[in-house]
Amino acid sequence: MIAHPVRRVACPDCDLLLTLPPVPAGGSARCPRCDARLSRAPHRSIERTSALALAGLLLFVVANAFPFLTLDIQGRQTEATLFEGVRTLWTQDMPFLSVLVLATIIVAPLLHLSLLLYLLLPLGWGRRPPGGPRLFALLHHIRPWSMAEVFMLGVLVSMTKLADLADIFPGIALWAFSLLILVIAATLSTLDEEVVWARLAPRFEPTKARG
Amino acid sequence: MSAPGRALSASLATCHTCALLMRLPPRTHALGCPRCGHPVHARKQNSLRRTWALVAAGAILYVPANLLPIMSVTHLGSGRTDTIMSGVMHLLHTGMWPLALIVFVASVFVPLAKLLALVLLLVSVQRGWTWRPVQRTRLYRLTEMVGRWSMVDIYVVTILAALVNAGALARVEPRPGAVFFGLVVVLTMLAAESFDPRLIWDRLGARRG
Ligand SMILES: [Zn+2]
Repeated sequence: MIAHPVRRVACPDCDLLLTLPPVPAGGSARCPRCDARLSRAPHRSIERTSALALAGLLLFVVANAFPFLTLDIQGRQTEATLFEGVRTLWTQDMPFLSVLVLATIIVAPLLHLSLLLYLLLPLGWGRRPPGGPRLFALLHHIRPWSMAEVFMLGVLVSMTKLADLADIFPGIALWAFSLLILVIAATLSTLDEEVVWARLAPRFEPTKARG
Repeated sequence: MSAPGRALSASLATCHTCALLMRLPPRTHALGCPRCGHPVHARKQNSLRRTWALVAAGAILYVPANLLPIMSVTHLGSGRTDTIMSGVMHLLHTGMWPLALIVFVASVFVPLAKLLALVLLLVSVQRGWTWRPVQRTRLYRLTEMVGRWSMVDIYVVTILAALVNAGALARVEPRPGAVFFGLVVVLTMLAAESFDPRLIWDRLGARRG
């Protein structure tokens, strides 16, 4: 089964103009000159990506509603949620850091997942969501700023730094957050941007023969 | 297939955002993408100048980011302040050497390597080098990919401040070094984004005639 028909593309990294052979479902195509990935066609991209985005949103709620670490310092327990980290930085006169953490850990992942769901759920039913092209373009620019996986490494480092000060217990939010990272990574590998563009704006397609 | 050609030579341009290939009318340098609405240029605008400016700013801020303390911890009357490097040494002394290595690579090595890689790419394009274009393009893609991992120390400060300050026994305060460090990460990410790897290949075509 062919996912993407023959078409003319220019490599985004080296500007080589080429006619891309048809890409079968599950396959991908690379630039023959600089090896940039030009096309990818994961199986049932829209259905799988929207299911993952929904699961991701649920995990996001859990990861933000519950404390991610509990600290026991000589019998006194303290705990913190993700947002409390952001608020603490703000109250400590670190507005830039506070906004940076808020943007990369909370806002960008939330926008990533909710935009995917908003766009792909209707597309799966054959409907075009209002503002689709604008929002899908926005999603493209948000993606590099979503850094949940880096935050997880920060949690690991923090836990070892605190180990000589207190007993540390991972909270529910931490488990949810770990799963969230896997789900976000999965949405990136199942998303077929060409298919989404083709369904959002079909008039730009070279041929009408599309699955 | 005909001889490899540039899209630019065929008056075609690719949208940076949605990858649509479109005709660029003669003597036009920019137009709005008909599909996603974002501005389209044959090459990223003022790519070299913008990248140089961001790399220079990042390199300058890299110094205070590493020399100034990023946080201070006060516990039962005794306190310590940590720079990035002393935090790494602390991890090393507590026997967490794999973690110490990861933090060193993410916080010290990656930002510096990224700045050096971008300088190499900028100089290579400005001097019109034709040397190893595939490897230089790969280096660019790597530069774009790894920068995010430098955020790890910012997150450590956030987590420690939130957790420890919630109790009353100890205090963790972020210090200005962390702000400079955050700026370095953001500036180098923007620098990588503003570099246009197609310039590597343009010079190659010009040399061949
Ligand atoms: Zn290429």
